[in-house]
Amino acid sequence: MSDIGYVRTEMLPEQEPPVSEVGAIGWVRHNLFSNWFNSLLTVLSLYFIFKVLAGLVPWVISPTWDSGSLAECREILHALGREGHYAGACWGVIHERWIQLIFGFYPEHLYWRPIAAFVLLGVALAPVLFSDKVPSKLLIFSALYPFIFPWLLWGGTIWAPVAALLGFVLGWAAFNAVSKAMSTLLGFIAGALVALIWWLVLSSYFVGAMDSIAAIGIEPVESRKFGGFMLSITIGVVAIACSLPLGIVLALGRQSDLLIVKYICVGFIEFIRGVPLITLLFVASTLLNLFLPPGTNFDIILRVLIMVTLFAAAYMAEVIRGGLAALPRGQYEGADSLGLNYWQSQRLIIMPQALKISIPGIVSTFIGVFKDTTLVSIIGLLDPLGLSNAIRADANWNGIVWELYGFIALLFFAFCFGMSRYSMYLERKLHTGHR
Amino acid sequence: MSQLSVEREIDRSKMQVSDEVAIEINNMNKWYGAFHVLRDINLTVNRGERIVIAGPSGSGKSTLIRCINALEEHQQGKIVVDGTELSNDLKNIDKIRSEVGMVFQHFNLFPHLSILENCTLAPIWVRKTPRKEAEERAMHFLEKVKIPEQADKYPGQLSGGQQQRVAIARSLCMMPRIMLFDEPTSALDPEMIKEVLDTMIELAEEGMTMLCVTHEMGFARQVANRVIFMDAGQIVEQNEPEEFFNNPKSERTKLFLSQILGH
Ligand SMILES: Nc1ncnc2c1ncn2[C@@H]1O[C@H](COP(=O)(O)OP(=O)(O)OP(=O)(O)O)[C@@H](O)[C@H]1O
Ligand SMILES: [Mg+2]
Repeated sequence: MSDIGYVRTEMLPEQEPPVSEVGAIGWVRHNLFSNWFNSLLTVLSLYFIFKVLAGLVPWVISPTWDSGSLAECREILHALGREGHYAGACWGVIHERWIQLIFGFYPEHLYWRPIAAFVLLGVALAPVLFSDKVPSKLLIFSALYPFIFPWLLWGGTIWAPVAALLGFVLGWAAFNAVSKAMSTLLGFIAGALVALIWWLVLSSYFVGAMDSIAAIGIEPVESRKFGGFMLSITIGVVAIACSLPLGIVLALGRQSDLLIVKYICVGFIEFIRGVPLITLLFVASTLLNLFLPPGTNFDIILRVLIMVTLFAAAYMAEVIRGGLAALPRGQYEGADSLGLNYWQSQRLIIMPQALKISIPGIVSTFIGVFKDTTLVSIIGLLDPLGLSNAIRADANWNGIVWELYGFIALLFFAFCFGMSRYSMYLERKLHTGHR
Repeated sequence: MSQLSVEREIDRSKMQVSDEVAIEINNMNKWYGAFHVLRDINLTVNRGERIVIAGPSGSGKSTLIRCINALEEHQQGKIVVDGTELSNDLKNIDKIRSEVGMVFQHFNLFPHLSILENCTLAPIWVRKTPRKEAEERAMHFLEKVKIPEQADKYPGQLSGGQQQRVAIARSLCMMPRIMLFDEPTSALDPEMIKEVLDTMIELAEEGMTMLCVTHEMGFARQVANRVIFMDAGQIVEQNEPEEFFNNPKSERTKLFLSQILGH
């Protein structure tokens, strides 16, 4: 008999790992110098980063904050013995114009209104974005916010947003009544019709009448005074907020069994995606006037908002369709087998999962839309890029480029980075283990 | 195939078959495009019956039981479930679906909802049960399938056998009068099969009307009062389990049984 039997009599205690495996040294060894090729790459990258910073930092650190013109900047730098094309940044322009880059030509004594609008935007978004940390009662405010927002920015009589809100209330009432008595689809049609009739025909009488009874309002501000970052955020926020629900409807429509609905959605999506945004903006700024009856005053920002929203919605629809396609058929069958009807299963089972899958794509679209808002400078709206041209036209600042673009880029980056981080947080939060 | 996995005595006292008809299928035909998948199906199921449907792969077993709760549409013939005829009327379909529970091979739990939410969703939205009552009922059924402690987890965190038991509990929360099972154990490891079968046997003991597509012949012998053998979209043979297994009549049945039990 060979002796292959073995029984351990004593268990080994746990030991500290060797120093080279843990701590800072271990980390550096593992991640930066694990073999000669990695070491070479590390050294090269460090050299590259050093070169970039060596060029950038001295340029950024430049005592020109108080200068009043480009010439003055050059003098300051010259006095310091700094010469050449990239001797230093001329921050005077940011100092003098940052307010304008943010608010455009919005009347100075009314700055509190856009500020209030955006602070309240945060309040309205909180229960939506952080549903587990913020009391859900705030959602009522979120629902009212879309009516407060334009009123704060454009001002005017309070009865206009009230009338807009009433349109929804009436449409909802009609939907409820008809969908109970007949079918959900007919309910939708009835609700939409009632709301449209109210908005297009009746609401102006209502506003006029209420105004003559009780004229409550704040000072109106015209659209052409809008500009700067405030304009970008306005367009971005509205397009983002409207394109998501519209995109969901389009994505569902594209999957619908009703052929007419389906082809309308497909046609819309393919058409919008096939046309550059800039074309749509030109249509908004010039062509639309040809179709509207002469004398109609259809606000340019409103037109741009509609176009950007439609554009974003088409992309959103395709992103969401991807999420829908990724859901296994079993989810639909599970929902069906429990007796949930179409809308219930969409709302409770399908959409929550499809949207969760599509979060990265949705946020990419959001970020893209937000950055695309800079295109409105081409049709003459004064977004930050449009303003930067206007500022350069000023003799004092003729020749300034990097400072302005850098500042604008930083603002955009802050917002886009925020959105991207939020989407990662959301993905982590919604992760419930694999199926 | 796995042998009879449950040895305990079965209480047949409540497993009475009544005269009341639960499901009636008359001359039903179904096509997928040009493919005639179900051919002239006639089947009457009385309340309290436990029927096992067996047959080779692709014979149309799944399609048949999916027709019963209108997950698939049939083109000819008549299906009456609980006195309601299946038609294109969506209201009828939703009503039947809420009366008929279905358990799938791949569970089809909702991964974004907790176990408890999976179980309360349909009662709350379809039956309009108050949330509190729905939760109590869900806990009752989760206890019955022996996993009340998992109520707050998500489906992704459970084993296959546990998920399938949740799926059964989820169906039961709708208080169905008929339960359909489509190969509930074939995606499971052997030791999990037993826990799911135990649950199904308990259901049978309580007098639930059940239609099970399954290859668990031990379960069929023990619980079913009728075994149906399907091939090529048709019902080829049906009989009481003893007769069916010991004394099959048709050649196809014999062949099938020899393959499935033969080693
Ligand atoms: N959606 C479909 N479109 C076309 N053919 C289908 C579809 N679903 C099933 N079939 C076909 O119908 C036949 C019956 O399918 P069914 O799923 O009912 O078989 P089954 O008896 O359940 O088989 P299994 O034991 O493998 O589950 C098969 O030949 C299958 O290829
Ligand atoms: Mg099958």
